[in-house]
Amino acid sequence: MRLGSGTFAACCVVVEVLGVVLFLRGFFPAPVRSSSSSKHQAEPPAPEPSAGASSNWTKLPPPLFSKVVIVLIDALRDDFVFGSKGVKFMPYTTYLVEKGASHSFVAEAKPPTVTMPRIKALMTGSVPGFIDVVMNLNSPALLEDNVITQAKAAGKRIISYGDETWVKLFPKHFVEYDGTTSFFVSDYTEVDENVTRHLDKVLKRGDWDVLILHYLGLDHIGHVSGPSSPLIGRKLSEMDGVLMKIHTALLSEERETLLPSLLVLCGDHGMSETGGHGASSTEEVSTPLLLVSSAFERKPGDIRYPKHVQQTDLAATLAIGLGLPIPKNSVGHLLFPAIEGKPMREQLRFLHLNTVQLTKLLQENVPSFEKEPGFEQFKISERLHGNWIRLYLEENNSEVLFNLGTKVRRQYLDALKTLSLSLSRQVAQYDVYSMVVGTVVVLEVLTLLLLSIPQALSSKAELEVPLLSPVFSLLFYLTFLVLSAVHVIVCTSTESSCYLCSLSWLTAGGVMVLVSALLCAVVSALTKVLVRGKLLSKNAAHSNSRWSELDLLILLGTLGHVLSLGASSFIEEEHQTWYFLVSTLCLALCHDIYRNYLPGDDCEPQRCLHVEGGFDGATPALQDKNTSSAVLELNRGCKSPSSLGTLRGYEKWMVLASPWVILTCCRLLRSLNQTGVQWAHRPDLGHWLTRGILEARFVYVFVLGILFTGTKDLLKSQVVAAGFTVKTVGLWELYSGFVLLAALLLRPHNLPVLVLSLLIQTLMAKFVWKPLRHDVAEVTVMHYWFGQAFFYFQGNSNNIATVDISAGFVGLDTYVEIPAIFLTAFATYTGPVLWASHLVSFLSSEASSSSALSHAGFCYALIGSFPVSAYIILVTSLRYHLFIWSVFSPKLLYEGMHLLITAAVCVFFTAMDQTNTKS
Amino acid sequence: MKDTDIKRLLYTHLLCICSIILSIFIPSFFLENFSILETHLTWLCICSVSVTAVNLVLYLVVKPNASSKRSSLSFKVTRFVKCCVYFLMSCFTFHVIFVLYGAPLIELVLETFLFAVTLSTFTTVPCLCLLGPNIKAWLRVFSRNGVTSVWENSLQITTISSFVGAWLGAFPIPLDWERPWQVWPISCTLGATFGYVAGLFISPLWIYWNRKQLTYKNN
Repeated sequence: MRLGSGTFAACCVVVEVLGVVLFLRGFFPAPVRSSSSSKHQAEPPAPEPSAGASSNWTKLPPPLFSKVVIVLIDALRDDFVFGSKGVKFMPYTTYLVEKGASHSFVAEAKPPTVTMPRIKALMTGSVPGFIDVVMNLNSPALLEDNVITQAKAAGKRIISYGDETWVKLFPKHFVEYDGTTSFFVSDYTEVDENVTRHLDKVLKRGDWDVLILHYLGLDHIGHVSGPSSPLIGRKLSEMDGVLMKIHTALLSEERETLLPSLLVLCGDHGMSETGGHGASSTEEVSTPLLLVSSAFERKPGDIRYPKHVQQTDLAATLAIGLGLPIPKNSVGHLLFPAIEGKPMREQLRFLHLNTVQLTKLLQENVPSFEKEPGFEQFKISERLHGNWIRLYLEENNSEVLFNLGTKVRRQYLDALKTLSLSLSRQVAQYDVYSMVVGTVVVLEVLTLLLLSIPQALSSKAELEVPLLSPVFSLLFYLTFLVLSAVHVIVCTSTESSCYLCSLSWLTAGGVMVLVSALLCAVVSALTKVLVRGKLLSKNAAHSNSRWSELDLLILLGTLGHVLSLGASSFIEEEHQTWYFLVSTLCLALCHDIYRNYLPGDDCEPQRCLHVEGGFDGATPALQDKNTSSAVLELNRGCKSPSSLGTLRGYEKWMVLASPWVILTCCRLLRSLNQTGVQWAHRPDLGHWLTRGILEARFVYVFVLGILFTGTKDLLKSQVVAAGFTVKTVGLWELYSGFVLLAALLLRPHNLPVLVLSLLIQTLMAKFVWKPLRHDVAEVTVMHYWFGQAFFYFQGNSNNIATVDISAGFVGLDTYVEIPAIFLTAFATYTGPVLWASHLVSFLSSEASSSSALSHAGFCYALIGSFPVSAYIILVTSLRYHLFIWSVFSPKLLYEGMHLLITAAVCVFFTAMDQTNTKS
Repeated sequence: MKDTDIKRLLYTHLLCICSIILSIFIPSFFLENFSILETHLTWLCICSVSVTAVNLVLYLVVKPNASSKRSSLSFKVTRFVKCCVYFLMSCFTFHVIFVLYGAPLIELVLETFLFAVTLSTFTTVPCLCLLGPNIKAWLRVFSRNGVTSVWENSLQITTISSFVGAWLGAFPIPLDWERPWQVWPISCTLGATFGYVAGLFISPLWIYWNRKQLTYKNN
């Protein structure tokens, strides 16, 4: 079967997407789980250990608090409460922290610091997997064992006001709720008033046991204007007032009941210096945790400094406080100060319950749990505890009892700490089998693409794809059989959960067929290439095409970028790589141009354009070595330099000046949004633009500029239509449509990115590519590079926090999932998509040969799939790296998404090409 | 003819390398607390001055290209002034390019400019010495098959390797190793210096190695 190279590339990329999805499914591991997590059978609580003597206390201890109020303020950073801002704006809370009956902690949130995984962590005590970020937009109900479910089962009445995530996570758990949506980022008053308005009524009523308030306003302020905005102070004062109201109401009610009540103030995650969250910087993971209760009465002069604890510790503490069993998957340990005031026997009982729960979790997740130090400590402390109980029941020598009790308690606390640490370090196993299969698919596709380069980029732009012969070949069936056998062996032998094994046999078989068919295709392509290579060497028809330094730069730059993905700093600062490469590209183009157009260079009029470059790392020796293996070089031979006579006057000067203009534009854009980590504190030009009226007028000027260019483009397409097909007009219109959509979706301060992107595209198309006659492959790669650079110019980074979800709500009244996802994806990938669509329009209106589009599609697919494949291997080898969750995993998600975009672009290319050949 | 030329080339290059090495060690006898990293700017000044001086002296002594027929004083003076102007222009051009590449615009201006000066001494000064203020000759030398002598060939190699060194020197900057030499522009200046020295080393050897293949038009 013969296929156009564009179609072939599109198919390849689509298959590659499947492979990457499989890899992602295997890479993001399931979190530490208790095996009996799905069934909520009520296990009897562990009885008190007793050495010989029979203890009469086998039931769960009674609750410590009658009422619990949880005030969760989204994006509350620790210094907002404990730092100078807290002193200034939250006087009541500061009083509680410093002198009141309270315990304060700095709770460390685990990345990803996004709301839903954090709520899960707070309520289940487990560390949710990174994949929860992806699920963050549509949170399904929480099935894991958690405090809320336990409380409901125990007959507690729970009320929740605030973020609707709670309602989604715990459907039918609340007797009363009012969900606020977290997606209208620019609204930071209504969203909180909708919570506070219920407060008076509910506090007066008192017919509830647990009240959960989730305030979103602070997070919205952070997203819109950052942590140093004056709005933060006002919001904090408002929160302080809410806290005071709740606390006084609780205190006045406490007189009537026997048990004290508990007020918990916490944040789900912090806020970075730019106001986002999602990563693992100190600002993002440090949240305050304040437990206020009259049970924590302290003597004057008792200064308690906020201790560092884990966010997961709250679940166990809440469970104990409410007299509930500790959630099974909780890896946290009890916050000991909360039970410090209790009698020794109760303290030890609580600690014992917590230790038993953690040990059980350890037994289920670690095969060699008996060798763990925590387990040994647990055994020792349980024995000591039993001795203590016997002493306690037999005699009442309080001095001895107290001393021994203190010892047991210390032992327990040590055991808890060790257990909790080893459990939270126990990030669940990677699903290596799925990862390997995914990687194999991706690599096979890449090899296929690489092997078919010479054929696909030939002037015919067609490939012989043998579809039938591999299906009937022996190799195919052998591979299929072997793979199926391996599949059966793997699935029956491993104990850990495996995604591929959990699929139905038919689907798994389909995957195996795909893998073996691809293998056969690769083998046949390889033999073909080898045969042709032999023929070529026999004929000694050596292609004498030399690589220009531009080609070399493109190749080296692509390779260098791929290699740089192995270092976490280079991933964090990937924008620098792209800016650097694009600048170098501009200088190389500049060099090319000057070589062609500068006067006095006319000694050799028929000279080829291949010249030594000063800026691009081309040394003559290197070039000579690479000459023979010319791969990307597309039958271009010597370009005849367009003579000076064709370009006159201003056009010539524009050609000479355009690289410098482009460089200047890039430099301006670079300082528009500072992204990354190391230089993120540099002042943004963008912030200056969003500041006030005068600056807003500048933005209007930019908008007018966009409209002007848009109309100009349309007019141009009209003019072009006279000579070309209608399709070209359609493409330019489509492109203008993309531009307008981008203008609508981008934040106001990002509009200059769009304007300068249009400017650069026009300059490049008119004054660089057309006069210099670069071939299709070069133009495609340059488009790709500029697209990547613009991805970062927009302010994106390899960090989940910079995704602008507010773009998904432009023109929508409520959150509608599919358009919101589409709009967000488009707004994030505006740069690459715009450049790709410019490539299509440019090539179809300018290129002379009919196969240009399909060449471009092939090149785009190749250059897009190369980094993904390399990155998958890199990430697999680095999976135990310290920064795997904070740096490499988000990048992996970005790469997967980028591949999806690339696939869409390639399909688009193919569709355009098809219509082209039809018409 | 060619072999003696290559030998002379080697000696002059060794002298240049010596001047760079001496610029690292000699000043510590006169200046307190002198080190490349801590008093980087001082070292940059000393290095560029010494390299320029050595280049000038070598040019005057060796006289690689046959001097032009006109040798009146006024011609020499205008030539010298032109050279100075070219040098300054190249410094400013490099500075602009660095800023376009992402160097801070206002902070660290002096550092950036001194880097530009250093890079100019490694690239522009030898060009000026050898070819004079003659853009056409420069373009000829830096195009493929344009070199006409051993000297021009070595000039091509050293210039390109200095540029490549400076280019590669930017790579460690984003890494989070927190080393003192990762600060802008130290890694780039060091890269340029290494590139220059490497070019000085390699070019005579490379020319010697390929002396059979190399044929120059004029020879």
